[in-house]
Amino acid sequence: MSFLQRWFRRGSSEQEISDELRDHLERQTDANIAAGIPRDEARRQAMLQFGGAEAVKEDCREQSSGFWLETLWSDVRYGVRMMARSPGFTIVAILTLALGIGANTAIFSVVNGVLLNPLPFPHPEELVSLSESKPNFATGSISYLNFRDWQRNNHTFSAMAISRQISFSLTGSGEAEQLQAELLSSDYFSLLGVKPVLGRMFVPGEDEVGAAPIVLISAGLWKRKFGSSPDVLGRTITLDGGGFTIVGVIPADFDLSTRSFRNSEIYVPIGQWKNNFLLNRGAGLGIHGIARLRPGVSIEQARADMDEVTRNLIAAYPDTDKGIGAAVRPLKQDMLGEVMPLLLLLLGAVCFVLLIACVNVANLLLARSTSRAREFAIRAALGAGKGRLIRQLLTESILLGIAGGGLGLLLAVWATRVALQHLPVTLPRAAGVGLDARVLLFTIAISVGVGIVFGLVPALKSLKPVLQVTLNESGRGGSGTRHRTQSIFVVVEMALALVLLAGAGLMVRTLAQLWSQDPGFNPRNVLTFNLSPSPSLMNSNAETVRAFSRELDRRIAATPGVQAVSMTWAALPMSGDDEDVFWLDGHPKPASQNDMNWAVKYVVDPDYLEVMQIRLRRGRFFTPQDNEHAPSVAVIDDTLARKYFGSDDPIGKRIRLKYNKEMDDGTTEIVGVVDHVNQWGLASDAQNLQAQIYLPAMQMSDGFTVLVSNGTSAVVRYAGSAPGIIDSIRDTSRKMNSEQVVYGEQTMEEIISDSISDRKFSMVLLGTFAALALLLSSIGIYGVISYLIGERTHEIGIRMALGAQRKDVLTLVLGEGMKLVLVGAAIGIAAALGLSRLMAGMLYGVSATDPLTFAAVPIVLLGVAMLACYIPARRAMRVDPMTALRYE
Amino acid sequence: MTASTEVLQGTLDLLILKTLALEAMHGWGIAQRIQQVSREMLQIQQGSLYPALYRLERKGLIRAEWGASDNNRRAKFYSLTKKGRAQLEKELADWERLSSAVALILQRV
Repeated sequence: MSFLQRWFRRGSSEQEISDELRDHLERQTDANIAAGIPRDEARRQAMLQFGGAEAVKEDCREQSSGFWLETLWSDVRYGVRMMARSPGFTIVAILTLALGIGANTAIFSVVNGVLLNPLPFPHPEELVSLSESKPNFATGSISYLNFRDWQRNNHTFSAMAISRQISFSLTGSGEAEQLQAELLSSDYFSLLGVKPVLGRMFVPGEDEVGAAPIVLISAGLWKRKFGSSPDVLGRTITLDGGGFTIVGVIPADFDLSTRSFRNSEIYVPIGQWKNNFLLNRGAGLGIHGIARLRPGVSIEQARADMDEVTRNLIAAYPDTDKGIGAAVRPLKQDMLGEVMPLLLLLLGAVCFVLLIACVNVANLLLARSTSRAREFAIRAALGAGKGRLIRQLLTESILLGIAGGGLGLLLAVWATRVALQHLPVTLPRAAGVGLDARVLLFTIAISVGVGIVFGLVPALKSLKPVLQVTLNESGRGGSGTRHRTQSIFVVVEMALALVLLAGAGLMVRTLAQLWSQDPGFNPRNVLTFNLSPSPSLMNSNAETVRAFSRELDRRIAATPGVQAVSMTWAALPMSGDDEDVFWLDGHPKPASQNDMNWAVKYVVDPDYLEVMQIRLRRGRFFTPQDNEHAPSVAVIDDTLARKYFGSDDPIGKRIRLKYNKEMDDGTTEIVGVVDHVNQWGLASDAQNLQAQIYLPAMQMSDGFTVLVSNGTSAVVRYAGSAPGIIDSIRDTSRKMNSEQVVYGEQTMEEIISDSISDRKFSMVLLGTFAALALLLSSIGIYGVISYLIGERTHEIGIRMALGAQRKDVLTLVLGEGMKLVLVGAAIGIAAALGLSRLMAGMLYGVSATDPLTFAAVPIVLLGVAMLACYIPARRAMRVDPMTALRYE
Repeated sequence: MTASTEVLQGTLDLLILKTLALEAMHGWGIAQRIQQVSREMLQIQQGSLYPALYRLERKGLIRAEWGASDNNRRAKFYSLTKKGRAQLEKELADWERLSSAVALILQRV
């Protein structure tokens, strides 16, 4: 019989039971009459013999099949009635659960969107990221020529493509503006499986150097500049002064953001890049790749294949390719970066919050079961079995769970949206975070799951004394074991809350350490921005570009509010990196580039030190006289000095820079030593290339100098407000040339803040969860102490009648509460010491067992718990002995 | 619902199965038959009988049908299924073993 049939037969089977029992009764009555008993008496005796008809019916229902669904329905109705009857309890329980389930749903929806969902491309498992592995960089940039050889010589990829971030100034259609762009090889979009909304993608050959200039535009730009008009194909737009023909439009829902690729407004074939080093096999130009594995090829096979390919290149081009391999990683892994441990940590934290919420509600149910004990005793006396009552209680707790889950879901949707908007985090794939079937399933599962978890213990507990004790009114008899269970609950809550507090505490300490760290420069009142010169500067010679730079420097320095300015053409701390190779003068030239010494390269103006307030240790910094006509000079940081010159004085020593060889005799004199700055972020500096070298912008080779016509960056030290200054600078720039664009302005403090946004994100969330845990567990202990005092009003009354002072009562009650809190805190500390090791990777400057945190956190917990106990304890102090005694 | 009924529980199933082995019967009839055959020594409480019938029906050991009984009254008749017959034989064998073992002990000790 199917489930449904049984469901619909329910009514008739109920009827059948009644019929059958009535039949029995009549037969017994007839039998009694036959035995000579008068009719009325015969019926009375039959009924007596029969016993409680309702109880028999209940038993029969229970024994017959299809039973559970029917009772479920009546249990649900009954449960809803019970919930409506005590709205205070119901609201507190549902809110508590909503917080716990909501937090879990929110974090899970993030985990789901970011970690679990596949990339939105066909056969996403075939997609990998490609980089060159080099001695100093595990995933370094690929040179254009190496990429072409990889593409030609591999046997395991169906396609390979590269991209490079860039920006173009768009002129000739409205006010000049700077567009974010990607330089791409032809296959990039077709490899991903992206189809154009209009026109076509690039075809092979169009990405070669010297091919006709064409461009793909985003749906956004198409709408903004061309009103989504279909006749945009074949039109020409002016980028950096050159005409580019539009051949296609990228769909609006295209979304890819990796460490080396951003969704952009325009996409240009890489062959259009005006960079003299593009065809230099040894140059690291920030080019990274993606590829699609052939169907059935594993990533290991692809790696082995690429090993072979790169080995052959090393043999063919030892000078540039020695030590260079290929790094092949799943694209998804590449996109996620270090976010996975962070998300798992947060998921663990919200689980704790949920557990605390469960314990709290279990506690509430337990306390309430006292007042419901009579109800159950009556039901049991009327024939309800124990299993039946447990089912009833579980139905009620699951109802609570589902109600809490529903509310939690709304809470989660709201909180996730707000958090993603306001938290300063660069979460990859954040756009994919939202509700889907998996998140809903998760929420339903935990709602029902927690309903069972927090309902089971109170259900079992509250039924124990049902029959024996409760009916004869000595309600106090059953509370001994209940009391113990509640105490265990409080201990568990305190322990869980302490673990979360410790985690949050460690993150707070980490951020405090990071903020107090000296990055080697003073980020306050420093502003950085990019400037794209007028297209008319394109194709100018080095001399013109230098003149332009000097003029720009002079004009910006004269802008009101600007105290000092410097162009920065290469690396800039925490926002962009550039490296160069060198060897010491007097040593033989190393055979290959990768045998040379690497250093982070800063190409700057004389005022750079003043802008950044980096400390000069010895010698001098640059002067305006260190120009294209003067001998080549450099300033190094103390790390490079220590590493390559040891205790010798580096001033006056000479080095040879690979890309500066056209200057005089090819050597560069070291004229000064400055403090090391944190190039790679506040926390992760030490793991990366440390040596730093400064070169005067005016001494760059001609080939490098002309690149400035593509765009430059600058840093200024300012007085006043950043928005005001940037307005003034824009003004200055516009007066210089109306086609010149200032963009991408950021204060140095923002940049630093962004560099630790991951940790800020986890601190804010862990802090929120810990606060939630503290709140919930305080409510928990408050409830238990209140309950205990209620139970002991009589005892307290006697004590006071016998001369106990209010202070004694307070001590008694507080002592009772604090005992539990201390036990919980002790267990929590032990657990936190074990668990905090899991988050060691997120910490900086503090150990996972930081004594300060582990001393402070229990104090906070004890303080809050003390307060939570104090409120009911004060009520206990006010107990009037006479009233308390009169109760008996 | 006292301790003695619970002891009877397992035995009650056996008695019902045995009673139904002869012919189909309604609930009241079953109770009467057991009472008569045991010479009034065993009183079957309705509170135990009907739940036991529903339980046996759910287990598929007996089946129930509404039918007309003597003097044209509608009644629910229970009869043994094939599965029930097998179960009866098994339980009878178990009972034989148990009772002879108990008898042995009672005689010897």
